[in-house]
Amino acid sequence: MEHIAGRKSGLSWAVHFSALALVIVWVLPTLGLLVSSFRTTDQIRSSGWWAALFPAVQNETYRTADPDEARVDLGDGLYLVSGNIFVEGGVAANLDEIVREITVWGASSRAIDAYQPDEVADLGEGETLTVTARGDYEWRGTADQIEGRGARIFVTVSAPPDFTLGNYQNVLFDPSNREGMSKAFFNTLTVTIPATIIPILIAAFAAYALAWMEFPGRALLIAAVVGLLVVPLQLALIPLLKLHNDIGIGKGYLGVWLAHTGFGLPLAIYLLRNYMVGLPREVIENARVDGATEFQIFTRIILPLSFPALASFAIFQFLWTWNDLLVAMVFLIDSSGETTVMTRQLVEMMGTRGGDWEILATSAFVSIAVPLVVFFSLQRYLVRGLLAGSVK
Amino acid sequence: MSPIMQAALTILIGVGGCVGYFYLSNQILDRVLFPARGANAGRNINRANAIRPWLFLFPALFALALYLTYPVFETLRLSLTDRSLGGAFVGLENYARMTDDPKFWEALRNNFLWLLIVPAASTAFGLLAAQLTDRISWGNIAKSLIFMPMAISFVGAAVIFKLVYDARPEDVAQIGILNAVYLQLGGDSPITWLTVPFWNNIFLIIVLIWIQTGFAMVILSAALRGIPEETIEAAIVDGANPFQIFFKIKVPQIAGTIVVVWTTITIVVLKVFDIVFAMTNGQWETQVLANYMYDKLFRANDWGVGSAAAMVIMILVLPILVWNVYNARREMR
Repeated sequence: MEHIAGRKSGLSWAVHFSALALVIVWVLPTLGLLVSSFRTTDQIRSSGWWAALFPAVQNETYRTADPDEARVDLGDGLYLVSGNIFVEGGVAANLDEIVREITVWGASSRAIDAYQPDEVADLGEGETLTVTARGDYEWRGTADQIEGRGARIFVTVSAPPDFTLGNYQNVLFDPSNREGMSKAFFNTLTVTIPATIIPILIAAFAAYALAWMEFPGRALLIAAVVGLLVVPLQLALIPLLKLHNDIGIGKGYLGVWLAHTGFGLPLAIYLLRNYMVGLPREVIENARVDGATEFQIFTRIILPLSFPALASFAIFQFLWTWNDLLVAMVFLIDSSGETTVMTRQLVEMMGTRGGDWEILATSAFVSIAVPLVVFFSLQRYLVRGLLAGSVK
Repeated sequence: MSPIMQAALTILIGVGGCVGYFYLSNQILDRVLFPARGANAGRNINRANAIRPWLFLFPALFALALYLTYPVFETLRLSLTDRSLGGAFVGLENYARMTDDPKFWEALRNNFLWLLIVPAASTAFGLLAAQLTDRISWGNIAKSLIFMPMAISFVGAAVIFKLVYDARPEDVAQIGILNAVYLQLGGDSPITWLTVPFWNNIFLIIVLIWIQTGFAMVILSAALRGIPEETIEAAIVDGANPFQIFFKIKVPQIAGTIVVVWTTITIVVLKVFDIVFAMTNGQWETQVLANYMYDKLFRANDWGVGSAAAMVIMILVLPILVWNVYNARREMR
């Protein structure tokens, strides 16, 4: 098309550029949280997360070792103090650990960028100081000059991006951390798996009946399912909580599993029926002619053929139950808080630990990680399900 | 019993129970009630086949009736009764109390704001993204990345955007990207975006647009690909420029899909709860109906007004429900 329009290059560049801009805007928020979860508290407080992607340039001040203890007599009345500012300053444990680099330095606070690394600074009357890029210094002079306190060195340092896994260690594996996510993670998993599997099975049978069995009232039932698709689950909260209390389930896993099953069924039946209706009629009728029972047709033919639709719905239901907050708050989480799920814990942390982004970001990513993995590995089925579920 | 054991057991009982129910009920139907043998074999087969659909349907119908249909009527009943009076019928009193509450009108106003902006913006961005990514080599990667927020929970998105909107005192480095950009562009002092009435609604709305755009893009992209090539070629031959092709040839042909996307997102908007609950909890004039209802039901313990608010959401959903059912029935004919 563009070839004919004759303006390929201009328009094509505009398309690439706009698409890139859109993608960047969409990814930046998540990227910010991801990067923050790998930074220490101090790093998060001192600069925006975007700064972490580039080498950090900072001005720092150090002092050489105390001359009265460290000076070495070179003879001829000359003395030398040498060492490494980063090791002595506690920034690096030993020389091998230095990953930062000095770009410029100075010997006085009025000219902190007076010298390049390795340059020798003349401090007057033969006193000299030199600093290498890696922080090794040599300070030479007479006994009068090399005494008292250590000489001050002003450096401009470029440090490479520095990330830590400590936040994840803390949030996931530290048993003494009462706000850790590991328990909530398992609680979420406990909610999710039965709440995904059970509706599929129930819906599959119903969908088969609605797709391939003749009986009066079928069209009405299908219409009812379509209607129930959009009924807000908000309406179900109080009546069902009351019901659960009356029949003795109360708040707990059983209640939340049942609720998710009920709320997931309309979509499950709708998706599966739409898919099953499209299966080839001959296959089913041949099986009937050959004397297969409906039960056999369903388990041996329909279920295997419907795998893509089953997978689509499974992904939907998994994402929905994993990400759910409202149903868990109403039907699961009691005052003991033992059964809290990750979404609930995140909301609580936003209240109590609002400024502690290292904890908040890491916890959020722990809860987001599993859906993201599912999303990227099974995207095909998700897209197929979306298309089957809405374009009709 | 540990929850994990309980979950494993539930899966076992649930799945086993379902399979067992379907298998056994079919066996009983075919072997015991109406055996396909003897004098009445033909009649029995017909009877068994008339009953069988209901065996297949029963668990689903039971769950749908109990978990979705019954609550609609029960909520309607609760909204007309007073719990403190032992469930006595009070007519529309709860609705009257609700409409006297300024917070309700604030929630309703904000919900309409959400309804106006989110479906329109998500559909527009989705259409733009679909059109842009359809013609470039790395389009699939771009699609994946724009689609990704669909997998993220509303709460996760709330945390993500709390960081974007974060504001810190003027004299320290900003860590929220919005304030950093704002100051870079010449803003005077950092703004706590979520506490500025009216505009904070927009900042919450952006979160949902961010999530829903991927959905719109996926659906619309499929629709764009379904457009017959000939119509576009004919337009090019007639000298249409790319913008005319897009707006006058492509968009009209996918109008039906746009309506579907629009209504689907509208439903999501009407039920929006987590984002507001997690980010502002309705403070600073950001209340929405679903959160208002949650407040009344579980914080104020006022079932009457809470149920009335839920009925308002139901009434807003109703036109779309009717429209969907109407379309579904028309297609089946």
